Amino acid sequence: MQLPPALHARLAGAPGSAEPLPVERDPAARTAPFRFAPRPVRFPREHDFFEEGDVQRHLYLQDVLMQVGGAPERPRVPEFTCQVAGCCQVFDALEDYEHHYHTLHRNVCSFCKRAFPSGHLLDTHILEWHDSLFQILAERQDMYQCLVEGCTEKFRTSRDRKEHLVMRHLYPADFRFDKPRKSRGPVMPGAAEQVLAEALGDDGVPSEGDAMEVCSEHVEPPPVPAGERRAYSHRIPSTICFGQGASRGFKRAKKRNKHQ
Amino acid sequence: MWSRQRGRLKPLCCGVEELRCRRREREAALRKARREQQLVSKRLLRDEALEEAEEGCVAMIFGEAEIQQFLQLAQRGTEEKEREGALVSLRRGLQRPETQQTFIRLEGSIRTLVGLLTSNQALLQLEAARCLHELSHSEQSAVVEACLPATSYLLTYLSGHSSDFISPHLTVLEALGYALSQLLQAKEAPEKIIPSVLGSTLPQHMLQLLQPGPKLNLGVAVEFAWCLHYIICSQVNNALLITQGALSTLGLLLLDLAGAVQRTEDAGLELLACPVLRCLSNLLTEAAAEAVGGQLQLRDERVVAALFILLQFLLQKQPSLLPEGLWLLNNLTANSPSFCTSLLSLDLIEPLLHLLSVSNVVSVLVLTVLCNVAEKGPAYCQRLWPGPLLSSLLDTLAFSDTEVVGQSLELLQLLFLYQPGAAQAFLQQSGLQALQRHEEVAQLQDRVHALQQTALHG
Repeated sequence: MQLPPALHARLAGAPGSAEPLPVERDPAARTAPFRFAPRPVRFPREHDFFEEGDVQRHLYLQDVLMQVGGAPERPRVPEFTCQVAGCCQVFDALEDYEHHYHTLHRNVCSFCKRAFPSGHLLDTHILEWHDSLFQILAERQDMYQCLVEGCTEKFRTSRDRKEHLVMRHLYPADFRFDKPRKSRGPVMPGAAEQVLAEALGDDGVPSEGDAMEVCSEHVEPPPVPAGERRAYSHRIPSTICFGQGASRGFKRAKKRNKHQ
Repeated sequence: MWSRQRGRLKPLCCGVEELRCRRREREAALRKARREQQLVSKRLLRDEALEEAEEGCVAMIFGEAEIQQFLQLAQRGTEEKEREGALVSLRRGLQRPETQQTFIRLEGSIRTLVGLLTSNQALLQLEAARCLHELSHSEQSAVVEACLPATSYLLTYLSGHSSDFISPHLTVLEALGYALSQLLQAKEAPEKIIPSVLGSTLPQHMLQLLQPGPKLNLGVAVEFAWCLHYIICSQVNNALLITQGALSTLGLLLLDLAGAVQRTEDAGLELLACPVLRCLSNLLTEAAAEAVGGQLQLRDERVVAALFILLQFLLQKQPSLLPEGLWLLNNLTANSPSFCTSLLSLDLIEPLLHLLSVSNVVSVLVLTVLCNVAEKGPAYCQRLWPGPLLSSLLDTLAFSDTEVVGQSLELLQLLFLYQPGAAQAFLQQSGLQALQRHEEVAQLQDRVHALQQTALHG
């Protein structure tokens, strides 16, 4: 099938549509016994038309699944340590280090050293936790922005926002938002109290107030007043929260054997 | 961007001919399964894979206590090998429906899996993703539905990294896409799953992952394109997808694919081409696609250029997918004088005619597209004439397939009507004899006689 050489140039060229030639139909065209009429065709899920493509797709999947058992090869380098101050994680593969750095060190709050999976969440955190103006405004208007990028909803409280995330964006119902911990750096006084205040919520749901924080070390659960039921502690191990819960200084001693 | 990291291939332990034979057998089995509406049944996918990968290991049924133990070990084990091993064992167990049921009923299990999926240990992430695979394989809708919130959540998390994807993320993303595609294939998907998906931000994330550009990853794109296809062909709310920019994203992706096809030799691009062609074709039938104002319409002539480049590629690589490409061409040209004009001005009629020898299905589609052009009137037929069209038509009239001949007759009628001299030329090239052999065929008789009359008497 020979394609005109100009076609490739057209593909690379500017967007645009052809000026249509004039359309002029003769009613005799669609007279019996002739019945052609142009029409776009749609095919539903189970239609036989899709058989060929579906079969090819499944052949491909079968091939992929057969390979799932094998371990992917990863290039090794001599062991090295993460250069970020205070982090002593060791690596022997660049890919792992890249992942580690990206997850734990890239989006770190300079006030309280919490790490976040993305710049967006870090910004949200800083705004909600380290901006005194935010606290003041939050008393009068909806300031808690939905965490999902592209969703413009704002809420009066962090709890309302969480409910929205669960209802609209299908987050797990007891998704944990925060990891309040012993204060490290300067935190606005209002924020800490807010966290504790929400922790005393009567539905037993763990305290809220923070965005998707990365836990970079083993952290104790927040201090709960005596008599308050620890409803959540057995359900969510403290090392797991949204994001990364690896303990610091974990040394990767294992060397995977390539030839299995 | 288009490079595809392939997993390690298993060593060949049989000859090439044997492999080909096995592949034909597999194809036949899949075809049979699809006709029996069993293609969605994950058994087929799994049985063959299991035999090879697990070498006869029998999956055990795990109870609550065991599952909990595995999960805890995976989360808190001190040795990485231990943690991975726990997940591998869990994954094997999850091949049993009983274990699946127990798993989803166990409080916090999915959440823990999600936590592991978003951990910073690449190997744990992968194993956790494989567990999710297993769950999404389930034939039990309850299990499959339990995975859905995790998927949405994970996509949000992974989308947060979209500016800087690195390899383990990509693999997890691909796994997620695959799991979602399994979910969407379930029988109850159109009623239960797809509406929730459409009501979430999942479609926007999916479209984002299909945006052409340096960050597009083929493996990830393939999975999410298939997801989109299952959603669209279920026809739940395609108008919504159009307002979210599906047409324009997919159109741009088509252009990108055509570019890639010209550059790379063998990258599995047909795996992405197929669902993209399907999505575009089905979306074009929606009323919303015709919206006035131009924004929602697919107007760019480059789409036609891209499609032909893909048709050429498919002809070489996977001719069985040609009908899907021609289906899109039909939907593009049916009601669009502009695209019909593009076919003419870009000199694409001859390449189109070239496809007439491939198969009956392809021939019918090619002739239909030509009819789309011809029925728009004399200005169009003029550009179809003279040229190889007449001799091609005389060839197709020699086919025995009734549909092919029928469509040829329709095209002839349009040419006779709008192009002076066409009937004459037809006669001179022994057209009447070509018509004669179909005089007795029930579905063709009337049209054959009508054409004979027109040719002889004008």
